[in-house]
Amino acid sequence: MTTQNAPTSMYRTTEGLGVWEHKGKVAAVGIGHSPTTRRWDGTAENTMGANSIFALRQAIADAGVDPADIDGLVLDPVTTTGAHWPEEQPIPMDVVNAYNQTDDPLDGIAKLSAEWILKNMPELKNVKFTMYGMGCMSHAIVVAAQAVGEGRTHTCLVLKSWHNLEGRYNQSGISATDTVPGTFAMSPGRTLWGAPGSYGTALQFAEYCRKYGKSHDMMAPFMANSRRNGLMFPEGYWAQHRPEALTAEDYLNARWIAKPANLFDNDIPIMVSGAYLFTTAERANDMKQKPVYILNHASSRGAQRSILPTLDEVEAETAETGRKLYEGAGITAADLSFENMYDGFALFHQFHLEGLRFRGMQNGDALDFYQTDISIEGPNPVLPSGGNIGSGRSRFWMHTDCIQQIQGRAGARQITGIKPEIGVSGGPMPMGGNFTVWSASPD
Amino acid sequence: MVKQGVVPDELTKPFWDAANQGRLEIQSCSACNRLQNPPLPACSQCKSADNLEWKEMSGKGKIYNYGVVYDCPVRLLQQDQPFNLAVITLDDDPGIQMYSHLPGTPVDDVPVGAAVEVIFEETANGQKVPEWRVVA
Ligand SMILES: [Zn+2]
Repeated sequence: MTTQNAPTSMYRTTEGLGVWEHKGKVAAVGIGHSPTTRRWDGTAENTMGANSIFALRQAIADAGVDPADIDGLVLDPVTTTGAHWPEEQPIPMDVVNAYNQTDDPLDGIAKLSAEWILKNMPELKNVKFTMYGMGCMSHAIVVAAQAVGEGRTHTCLVLKSWHNLEGRYNQSGISATDTVPGTFAMSPGRTLWGAPGSYGTALQFAEYCRKYGKSHDMMAPFMANSRRNGLMFPEGYWAQHRPEALTAEDYLNARWIAKPANLFDNDIPIMVSGAYLFTTAERANDMKQKPVYILNHASSRGAQRSILPTLDEVEAETAETGRKLYEGAGITAADLSFENMYDGFALFHQFHLEGLRFRGMQNGDALDFYQTDISIEGPNPVLPSGGNIGSGRSRFWMHTDCIQQIQGRAGARQITGIKPEIGVSGGPMPMGGNFTVWSASPD
Repeated sequence: MVKQGVVPDELTKPFWDAANQGRLEIQSCSACNRLQNPPLPACSQCKSADNLEWKEMSGKGKIYNYGVVYDCPVRLLQQDQPFNLAVITLDDDPGIQMYSHLPGTPVDDVPVGAAVEVIFEETANGQKVPEWRVVA
């Protein structure tokens, strides 16, 4: 079986598309997560592939579905956190041989094909539809939701996995060479000038602060709230390995990475897999968990004019994303109970909040909003998942949390200040992301 | 600060050749009369590759924004941390941005909005690269 990348036609990228034709007809019914680790320990039991199988089996069990009823699998085949397998390093064949192989020995270790999953999960004997949602879980969710809506699959697993290897983030490879190709030198990212990953977001934040008269220290309540929520996320990295609160003082004293982005404004790269089971609204009625319906999905494909998105470009794009989400879901900002937009990097979460017009917010309002009660106990829960800041870089905690909050299964993290009925999640970037509206009711 | 050396490739060779001769050239689509940076194989507006050319710029710009890099992924630059990393907009078209380390400007004491002019610095392999200095 050859797996294709999802065609661009499966993403809803423009305004004016009307209500999503499959609104309320696709539901999430199962969740699975592997344990988190900082890096791979080199053992066969703890490969990224092993984590993937673990998460998928957990999602299947959570939904109470017979694996033979599953006919679809959507995943992101790229699993790197920034760590790439060094060319000169031999591939440990004992690890490779512990699993059923594909023709690529790094499959299941540093990349992941649908074929590898199906070869190593014999119980998935009726999967006929596979597709890649390239990028992160936010892509895979959109592709799977659209695929179920279109009838390409009726019971579909959605998977995102991450591997992390030894070494510092993005410091190997081209960062360590004496010369670089001309095109790389002029590209928008790392380039000749040495911009860290968070640099672009840091600059947008700096421009935001200058324009609206805000400051970096106003982020502290948001950061503390995110870590607090993350420590109540038993599936997350900080809860599992470093159950430490993040005080305003810790945050404000942290070392800079790309000022005004400090260490905590950057999410920590980890190894983890997450999986969901999606099905049709009809089939969902027979499953173990309360279905959480997808009202809409929308994607941002905005591109900056030159090297870095300007504040104007970012604000225009996040506002458009908000409008697209509401239009396709047939709701307004007032219908949102909570939000779980992406936060890795922390310094762009405010763009999403303002773009959504969450609780009536306008551009420049979010940092003041952070000084009010944004906790799960209050009337305006911001990022109840804690996001990547609260649980490490998976880019999927926010989706899991939307499903769990609406099912009433978020445990200690359960929103109590309001009734969690409609939530929104997605990312990764304000310009270039995929977003989903989740609901307790299909209407 | 010495940057990594640059090996010009087909797409970017005119830019680097011009830099070695002390000129700042930016890719332009003559059909759209529109500059673009970074250079691309086709015009990002009309999507055609047929009308791309390189235009000499005045070499004048403004500091649009900046950050201070304390934890740089590029090994060669790590000895110079912390350093300024600014975004310059060109006076010829303020929609066009370029990076700069702002040589001569103290770390984190950057006059946003100030006028700058282009200079050319040697990288590790001798290839010259445009940089920007605050105009006194
Ligand atoms: Zn053109």
